[in-house]
Parts: sequence; structure tokens; C-alpha cells
Amino acid sequence: MRVPVQLVAGGALAGVFLALALVSLVWTPHDVAALSIADKLRPASAAHPLGTDHFGRDILSMIMVGARTSLAVALLAVGIGMAAGVPLGLIAAANRGGLIDELVMRANDLVFAFPSLVIAILITAVFGPSAVNAILAIGIFNIPVFARVTRGGALSLWTLDYILAARVAGKGAARISIEHILPNLLNLLIVQGTIQFSLGILAEAALSYVGLGAQPPTPSWGRMLAEAQTLIYTDPALAIIPGLAIVLTVLGLNLMGDGLRDLLDPRLRRIRA
Amino acid sequence: MIEVEGLSLDIGALPILRDVSFRIGAGEVFGLVGESGSGKSLTALSLMRLLPAGAAVRGSVRLEGRALFDLSEAEMCALRGAAIGLISQEPMTALNPVMTIGDQVAETLLVHGRAGRAEARRLAAAKLARVGLGEVPPDRYPHELSGGQRQRVAIAAAVALRPRLLIADEPTTALDVTTQAQILALLKGLVAEEGMSLMLITHDLAVVAGMADRIAVMQGGRIVEQGPTGAVFRALGHPYTRQLFAASEHVPDRIPHRGGDVLLEVRGAVRDYRLPRRSPVGAHPVLRAVRGVSFTLRRGESLGLVGESGSGKSTLARAILGLEPLQGGQILLDGAPVRAGDPRMQVVFQDPYGSFNPRHRVGRLVAEPFHAAGRPPDAAARVAEALEAVHLSAADAQKYIHEFSGGQRQRIAIARALITRPELIVLDEPVSALDVSVRARILDLLAELQERFRLSYLFITHDLAVVRAITDRVLVMRAGEIVEEGETAAVLDAPRHPYTRELVAAAPAIPTDWRGERRHG
Amino acid sequence: MLRHALSRLISLGLSLAVASLVIFLVIEVIPGDPAAYMLGMNASPDTVAALRRELGLEGSLAERYLGWVAGMLTGDFGTSYTYRVPVAQLVADRLEVSLPLALYALALSTAIALPVGILAAARRGRATDYGIIGATQLGIAVPNFWFAMLLVLVFAVQLRWFNAGGFPGWEAGLGAGLKALTLPAVALALPQASILARVLRSALIETLGQDYIRTARARGLTEGQALRRHALRNALIPVLTILGLQFSFLLAGAIIIENVFFLPGLGRLIFQGITQRDLIVVESVTMLLVAAVILVTFLVDLAYAWADPRLRRRA
Repeated sequence: MRVPVQLVAGGALAGVFLALALVSLVWTPHDVAALSIADKLRPASAAHPLGTDHFGRDILSMIMVGARTSLAVALLAVGIGMAAGVPLGLIAAANRGGLIDELVMRANDLVFAFPSLVIAILITAVFGPSAVNAILAIGIFNIPVFARVTRGGALSLWTLDYILAARVAGKGAARISIEHILPNLLNLLIVQGTIQFSLGILAEAALSYVGLGAQPPTPSWGRMLAEAQTLIYTDPALAIIPGLAIVLTVLGLNLMGDGLRDLLDPRLRRIRA
Repeated sequence: MIEVEGLSLDIGALPILRDVSFRIGAGEVFGLVGESGSGKSLTALSLMRLLPAGAAVRGSVRLEGRALFDLSEAEMCALRGAAIGLISQEPMTALNPVMTIGDQVAETLLVHGRAGRAEARRLAAAKLARVGLGEVPPDRYPHELSGGQRQRVAIAAAVALRPRLLIADEPTTALDVTTQAQILALLKGLVAEEGMSLMLITHDLAVVAGMADRIAVMQGGRIVEQGPTGAVFRALGHPYTRQLFAASEHVPDRIPHRGGDVLLEVRGAVRDYRLPRRSPVGAHPVLRAVRGVSFTLRRGESLGLVGESGSGKSTLARAILGLEPLQGGQILLDGAPVRAGDPRMQVVFQDPYGSFNPRHRVGRLVAEPFHAAGRPPDAAARVAEALEAVHLSAADAQKYIHEFSGGQRQRIAIARALITRPELIVLDEPVSALDVSVRARILDLLAELQERFRLSYLFITHDLAVVRAITDRVLVMRAGEIVEEGETAAVLDAPRHPYTRELVAAAPAIPTDWRGERRHG
Repeated sequence: MLRHALSRLISLGLSLAVASLVIFLVIEVIPGDPAAYMLGMNASPDTVAALRRELGLEGSLAERYLGWVAGMLTGDFGTSYTYRVPVAQLVADRLEVSLPLALYALALSTAIALPVGILAAARRGRATDYGIIGATQLGIAVPNFWFAMLLVLVFAVQLRWFNAGGFPGWEAGLGAGLKALTLPAVALALPQASILARVLRSALIETLGQDYIRTARARGLTEGQALRRHALRNALIPVLTILGLQFSFLLAGAIIIENVFFLPGLGRLIFQGITQRDLIVVESVTMLLVAAVILVTFLVDLAYAWADPRLRRRA
């Protein structure tokens, strides 16, 4: 099997940031909590490969810890979406046309009707800004996405003869969903998961940018951008570096998603929205 | 009219066609016969120069002296639809779903600049009337039409400019047999009326026998034999032609069974479907798919259930398998209501590709019917036994389904049906998706297994030749009701119900005198 | 057709009712007394009691909900606690910025995406296509607020063609207003255009692989004619879906962009409402935004039936 080039390129790009995030757990070049006004706004040097910010913090170290925040928030949000959305989608498809199906789909539509950012802001505003609330806010909007994708894929599988054969063998809807439907949806879910992962990173950045994500002193890319905004006239590099980190991570994940789709099922064409 | 010389085609590194040569005279019907993958459809697309990307053709195609491969794309566009028309197999997908049928026919006239908008519309309506759609308003959309009607629209659009050559690629394969007869008659009439040539591509020897003046037989991208239809059928010069002919006429050796006591009894079965509501308030309209059907199947017999699409035969089959509830009547197996998971009753479906979970090994797939009854301790040995019974090897249990061909998959489906040592197997169009030579071998296998394991069959099909080959008795179903029932030979040779008569008359057949010579020779 | 519209209209009403209930309950679950919450910790019991009366917090849950809904239906959205003006007035003022911004961005995004998507599909598998795929891939990955900062850096700080932010008001003239909205609209439109172009491209390519395109070609249509006459209309449905989603997104999701450019729009209003604990503003504006989304979805649904005759029913 030929591995698509996007998968390699995207995997490498996303892998770099994943590695940075993992390394930051045990080591960063400098302590991101330590402020040193004397070292503020230094250009790139051997000691600070990406320079320092207005509090004298090392930018490379902040990018590393920020990667950890971004990836963790987005990944957990995908986990929430999958954990709740996939079973809902499976149940809806197994009861297609029934009351449960109708309820699940209408609830989905309802969630889709709420402008996601507004609700995320509402949630974090009501319950206080924190990384956990950001995860919840993003995760809630992943639920209908996975429910819909799962239901759609499951519905087309339910029409296949091997499902009929399983029913002839006396298997019930729950057993068929787990044994025959879910394993054949994995490809679809992996691809959608990658897409939601990258959208989660963008959402987390937006929430942190308006101050509703991870709270100081935990560095996050979005807040680095917010803090850089006032300095954009004098030190544009402060705004450019975290932005590039976001773009490259999201780009890497999107490329991976496209590559995975081609690798796992060339016929699979999900519309990304 | 059209001369094809040394046509070869490669797609990427894959050789598709090799040295294909034939000519079609003015007003002639030329049949191109072959099994799937023989290259017959790509031959047609080569003539139209509508090949997929990465295709490389060699050789020459001359249409009334003009070398088509030397023309520019613009010149080719002017030719397509005007000098050569094409009808393809799938009437369901061959028409644009968001364009009215009248506009699609008129478009042929418009793009060639042969008529203004109003004139094109008038001519389109006339063409639609000519192909037998006079009653259907031209402002209808394709989804509002039946399969046969859509194929008529496709024909109207293809012949709107009276092309000199019409290419019909499996034009009736997706249609019911009575519709097929009407479409073939329409094509024949158009050929005679307009004096155009017809290139008829099909896998069905009986269809070309009744239509073509000359035929060519294709195998593996080459034409292995061609000549006047009668002569080719009488001589059967090439071994492949002989094999194809034998397979399409094949009747397995089987001992007819009267049947013992009653095994399956269907009593006044009724199945209704609720359709979507027309408005938010009000009741669901109801479609009655099965309307009070009654019959019995005796132990050891092979019972055919014949019907066209929409007759309710598949719904009835699912009800017998215990997969659908009835709104009236009863279905009893050995005196007790049927239920899914009963080891005494198994099933084989039509589609050899959709019948298996691609993520499980064959061993697990074949053992699936053990689910309800419990997995016996010797399950692995039973799987091996079942695989060997269908002439596969025990080692195949370790493989995945994608490693097998369509015919082999159908054998695996049969092995899965045998695993619980059932008494009754419901066969839902089990050979309809297979090429004739594969079909013949599967029919042989089914006959052999019936003897060996004393099985009863309920054989559901639309194909009268298959019914004749493998069943003792037959039920003819139409619009949810059984209209005729009796010994297979008696029903097919002397049908009593008008619908059965229509069905038998519509089934294409190779003339008996051609067959006769082969038997003597 | 009419029946279809009617049944969609009923479900539209139901969605609005359920959405209003959800919003009402979310605001209700805020721990503690909303009046105390709005006034902060140092408020005296008297002021809190006065505000409770003013907010209509007396009475049962059902009475309050019905009162709120009845008010909205008659155009009475309540009075903003911080601004001391009717919320309806606030919203109307802010819509003067948000609606033109959303439409401007939508127009830009469509104007860019349509030709680009069609071009990529027509040249599929060739260099142009790969170039467009790469560019749109990048466009999707860029956070719009960061893109907005870059635009400010280049066009406001370096080139000085535009102001870095603010809105002079429509009184300053159409040109000045549009000029102030240009950078924000571009920042909003480019990522959306990338999504739209990709959807259009893949929908077109999928359609171009259909049987009826080959049939059309066999009738003598050129590749371009087949694309224009047959593929485009069939590819419209996924594009309509995305357009509907984008309008809602552009209307509501501009919160952050409005913050970057200091634009007095709806997004900023709701954001300020949240930080200033002005729950009446939050509740009403959220409801309005949700209603807008539901309404657009309804219109998109009707547009489907126009684009696809299979969804129409002959009466």
C-alpha cells in the first residue's frame, strides 16, 4: 500500500508539535513562570532561540508549553465528542425512523443552531474561565458532529446484506452495531476525529485569545497572541510566532486527515465544514 | 459505415484491448458479447473517444471514411450525439436528476445548433412520443419515471439527431424482462425506421440472438470470433464461444423431488409499509407489499418464486426469514412461527460483495449462524467441513473476503448457510450478479448440495432460465400476490395466467433450430 | 412545494420554542440570584430587591419564561442594565455594523470561492488544482483573528492604507463605512472562502464522475459545457449547506474579529454583556442569533427544494 504524501508531511508537521508538547512535560529551555523584566523583548539568540516576550519569558519555552495546552484541550474535546456522539449515532441508526432517532437528530439540529463561539463564551463566562471549561465547551459541539457522521455511515452499512445475514443468525441491533457497524466506521471516525482535532485547536486558540481558555500562568498560544496585539507596532515577531505555531499544527493535522482518508478509503469523501 | 482496425487500449500500465477489429454496415445490428471485464464497454467508449484519464489507444476507427482518432476534440464533440449516439446501462444514473426529461432531449439539438429553443422543445416532445412516452409530460424529472421510462428518455436523447450509429451498452441489463422486451423492440423499430446501425453490447447470448445480424465474441480484450449470428451460433467454432453457449444453456443434473411432508407454510401473509406522511398532520399512507400470500413448501423440494422488481418477492423472503413482522397471516416452519436465528433455516443473498463483513476472517463469517443456537465445541471442524462441501479448502477459513472472486464469495455464502445443517435454504437471487460460466458452476453446486444434505430450497429469482434449471415447482408473483403456481415445466411451457404468459413470451431465447444443430453436431 | 414549506415552517416554530427554553434555562442555572450576580458582591439588599423587580424575577419559572417570550414577540427585549436603554435599541444599533459586515464577508467569500472551486475542478489533477488545494489548505488552517492581526500589520501599520480599527458610523458616508469594514471582512472571508472552494471542488469532481456527465458528453457537449450545464447545479446542494452555515457563523462568529478591530457590533455587545454580567442583553442577543441561524437553515432548506427536484413533491 502506498502511503500518501500528505500523510507523511502532515504527520511530520503535527509530530513536531506533539514532540515539543511531550518534551515540555519534563524539560523546557527556561522556566515559563519566571518573569525577568531585565531580559524583556530580546531578539533571537543562543540562549533564547526565538527571543523573549515583554516579561522576559523565553518564547520557545512558551510555545512548547502552549503546544501542550492546545493539543490536550483539543484532544480531550474530541474524546468527549466521540464518547457521547458515536453511541448516539449508533443508537439513532439502529432505530432509524423511530422516535429515538428523531429525538437524537432534533437535539443535534438544536445544538447546531447555537453559534458555537457564543455558547462557548457563555459557558466559560458562567462557570468561570478555565481550560476544563474550554474543553467542555468545545467538546459539546463535537458531540452532534460525531453523532451525525456515525449515523450517516451506519445507515448506509445497515442496508448491506451482511447485516441481514447477521439478523438471520439471530443477532440483535446492539450486537450488530458493536460487531459489524462500529468496526466498519472506524476509518470514517478517525478521519473526522483528525478534522475535529484541528478545529479544536483553532477554537481553543480563539477562546484563550479572548481570555476564556487556560488561565495564567499556564501559557497558551491564543493568549500569547492577545498579549502581542498591543505590541504589534514595535515587536511584530511576538504576534507572528504563536500564530505560525497554530497554523502549522492545524495544517499538519488537516494534511494528515486528507492523507488518512486517501489511505483508509479512497472512496470516502467527507465534506469538511 | 464504421470500420475498426487493430484497436488496442491501455489504461496506465494495464492492457485492456488488443487488436480489436470489426466493421458495422449501414442499417446493420452488430452484437458485441462478452463476460464482465472482457473490454466490451471500453471498446464502445474508445469509439466515442470518451476514455478515462491515462488511457492510450492505438489503431484506427473510421466512421464513413473519417478517421476518428485524427479529429480534434471540437470536431469529435460535433460528431458525438449527431453521428454516433450512446445509451448506457444504468437508466437510474444516466440522466441528470435536476433537469427535466424534455430539456435533456432538447439539449442534444441545442448544443449542435440544429434548432432554436422553442423548436428544440417541440422536437424533443415529438421524440419522446416516438419512444413511447407520449403520455409523460416533458417537464417531468427523471426520478418521477420508472427504470424503463428513463431508458426510453435516454434513447430519445441519443437518437434525437438521427445518428448513423447508435451504441447501446447493456441497455436492458438493469431492467425487468418484460420491460427489456419492450426496449429491445423499440430499438429494433428505430433501426428499421431510421436506417441507422446499432452496436448492441451485452453479456446475454439470448438477447443478441434475437437482435443482431452479426456478432463478435470478446474475451480478455480480444475478439475471439465474429460472423453472422446464425452461423456463429450453429458452428460454435471457438472453444470460448462454445463454453459461453454451454454455460448460458446449462441445466444441472438433478433428480426432481415431489417433496415429503410440509416444511414451510405461508398462510395469508400480509406486509404493509408505512410511507412518510404527506403533511405534518394526518395518517401515514400505507403500501401493501405482500397481499395475502399462501403457499406450502414440502421437505426436500426446490420451490421457485418468480417475480419482477416491485413484485414483493424480496419482502416476502425477509418475512419468511423472520426479519419483518406481518400485518396479517402466519408463516410456519415445521408448524411453529418462523423466527430469526432458527438454525433450521438459512439464507444466501444476491450480492457477493455486500454479503460479508470485510473485517472478519472467512472462518468467523461462516460460523456466524451459530450465534443463536450456541457455538458447538467442534465449530472449527464444522467450518472446514462446510468450506470443503462448497469445494473450497479448509485453509480458506484464515483468509479475508477480499481475497476471493465473486463466484468464490457466493460459495462462501453457501458454506455459511450450510453450517447449522439447515433443512431449508432461502436463496435470494443467488446467481443474478454472476457471469454465465460462474453461474453454471454455482447451479451445479446447489444441485449437488441439495442431494447430499437433503435440503429444501426456496429459490427467489427474476430469471426464468434459472427457475427451469433448478426448481421442481414455481410460484409466479406479481404486485404482492401469487398469480400462478404449479410444476415448473408445466407452468413455463403452458402458462395459464396472462401475466405468466407475458413473462414467458418476453424472455429472450436462442432459436431452437440453432440449438438443435449444436446438439446433433 | 407549498406543503413542504408549511411543514418546514412548523418545525421552524418548534425549534425556536425549544431554543428559547434552553437559553432561558441556561441563564437560570447560573448559581445564585441573577440580580445579585449582576450587581456584584457589594450591593445592598435593597438595590438587589429593586433590580429583581425590574428584571421581572418575581413569579414562578413558567411565568417568567412566558413573560420573556411574550415580550420578545412584541419587540420588547427588556432594558439593558448597564446601558440603561432598551435592548431592542442596542441590537438595532449594533446590527448596523454586524449585518453589513456579515454580508460583505459572505459576498467576498463567495466571489472568491466560486471561480476558484470551479477552476480547480476543471483542472483537476493538474498543477493549477494542486496549487489551489495547497492555498485553501493553508486558508483553513489560519485562525481568522491572527490573520486579522497580520492584515493590520501590513495594511494599517506598514502601508497605512486602512485604519487599524474603529468604525466611523454610516453618517460618515458609505465609502468610509465600507472602508472601515474591509479589513475585518477580508479576515473573516478568506478562511471561509477556502472551505467553500474546497467543498465546491470536491462536489464538482464527484458530480463529474457521474454517469449522466458521460451521457451528456456522448450527446456532444464539450467538457466545459458538461461542467456548466450539468455538474454545477448538481454540486449546488453541498455548497448551499455551507453557505447557510457560513452566514450564521459570520453573523455570530465575528465576535473576535469585532474585538480585534474595535467594531461596535453584535458580537462585541454579547461579549461585553457577559463580562459586565448584563444577563438581559446576553439572553436576548443569544436568542436573536439562534433565531437567525434557525431562520437561515429554514431558507437553505427551501433552497434545496429549488435546487433539487427530487426534494419537491408534486401536489
